[in-house]
Amino acid sequence: MATMAFDRQPAAPQESPDNKVYFDGCRAGKLILGKCNDTGKLFHYPRHVSPFTLSNNVEFVEAKGTGTIYSWSVARGKEPFCVAYVQLDEGPIMLTNIIECDLDSLKCGQKVKVKFKDTEGAPVPMFVLA
Amino acid sequence: MKNPAYIVGAFEHPTRKAEDKSTAQLHAEVAFGALQDAGLSSSDIDGYFCAGDAPGMGGLSMIDYMGLTKLRHYDTTESGGSSYVIHVGHAVEAIMQGKCNVALITLAGRPRAEGMQTGTAVRSAGVGVPDESFELPYGRTIATMHAMVATRHMHEFGTTSEQLAWVKVAASHHAQHNKHAMLPKVVTVEDVVNSPMVADPLHRLDCCVISDGGGALIVARPEIAKSLNRPKVGVKGWGEAYKHQNAGGIDLTYSAAAMSGPMAFEKAGVKPSDIKYASIYDSFTISVVVQIEDLGFCAKGEGGKFVADGNLISGTGKLPFNTDGGGLCNNHPSNRGGMTKVIEAVRQARGEAHPAVQVPDSSLVLANGKGGNLGTRHGCGTVILERE
Repeated sequence: MATMAFDRQPAAPQESPDNKVYFDGCRAGKLILGKCNDTGKLFHYPRHVSPFTLSNNVEFVEAKGTGTIYSWSVARGKEPFCVAYVQLDEGPIMLTNIIECDLDSLKCGQKVKVKFKDTEGAPVPMFVLA
Repeated sequence: MKNPAYIVGAFEHPTRKAEDKSTAQLHAEVAFGALQDAGLSSSDIDGYFCAGDAPGMGGLSMIDYMGLTKLRHYDTTESGGSSYVIHVGHAVEAIMQGKCNVALITLAGRPRAEGMQTGTAVRSAGVGVPDESFELPYGRTIATMHAMVATRHMHEFGTTSEQLAWVKVAASHHAQHNKHAMLPKVVTVEDVVNSPMVADPLHRLDCCVISDGGGALIVARPEIAKSLNRPKVGVKGWGEAYKHQNAGGIDLTYSAAAMSGPMAFEKAGVKPSDIKYASIYDSFTISVVVQIEDLGFCAKGEGGKFVADGNLISGTGKLPFNTDGGGLCNNHPSNRGGMTKVIEAVRQARGEAHPAVQVPDSSLVLANGKGGNLGTRHGCGTVILERE
């Protein structure tokens, strides 16, 4: 059995001065991570405050855009689609959709790569099987 | 009287669909019910606790509506469905500190009458919520977020859909004796796994009900509890903890009960094997499995095996749970199940549960609430109650 993911139109993200660097990255086809310069640790979602030290000693770095499925589910219904947590090869795990895939054969650990999907606002990163 | 405070009143609203009542009215009705249960009156209340389900700013409109005139302590800690379990601990601490003598905790709501699709609708968390921009575009729902906990639990520990189904089966065995339960019919493992898939790997019968209603608790200082003609149910241990996304270091396999549980056990000076009955927050079957592990009733990863084969059914299982039918079969008022978890634990401690599900020697019981997204952003409250 195979069920292709429905090609749904994602809602536009709310943009703010805090997340602008992330969504500007999406517009340029880049997936952005936060980096805490106090600890050297990467984080998602990017913000102007380190979630490890609360200082503003942060910068923003580009991720490769590759990773593996950490967990997934399929919202069933007339227009089924996959909601997933993807672990980026850099480490952080992010919520996303796996698109253009067979919803009946998804597995934790599958390799994926980023594919930006347009919205009525900024594009958002989704993933396809690599 | 050896505990710092006592639950002297508990009341669960009998309604499951409140088309003819307002939310404020439901709050007031459960408050009155709990006061009557305790043998107290509204003029005795000097502490009030409520959460986000109360209409208005914090509890101010409810204080006004109910005409509470003697308040000298007020707490609107909001942690979703776990709020009311956390409120019990806060009420005990307020009583210990002399801030109040008689604390009222209320919960009420009417999502069913309002046609809310609680688990399967994509809802915004609001404007300016920082994590929202990274989630709403992906159409996540309460069901899919909990389902991903189940997917990961299955991947790491080999948990099966049939094991999860046993949680529902046990709840249904209890619900058949509850005349108010929304789903009183006993179901089988096959019924659960053959029900329609809502969010892989969770089926419709892995999900809790959507119901209206509410509940209230009265927590009082020992001298007052002693003066009342009700069984003495002391709050022996309590704990609260909060879990988040850890900046992307997500681990879906545990809940904040892994922290709140040990706090409560340490305060109480007892261990999980001493507990005779447990109310466990059951928004979904997987929620129960994760919390049972986190509370120490079995090792992490062993929850699926632990709940299988009727081990949660009163009379046959090692850990009777949710003997009112729980959120899975009885009710889930205002989409917040913590209140009803405490209420059934009080019934069990008092020996006032339905005779068919009453646990013998139920002198030490536990209730655990979880509010928010299991796995990523939620609070847990644990209380351990002792019948003296």
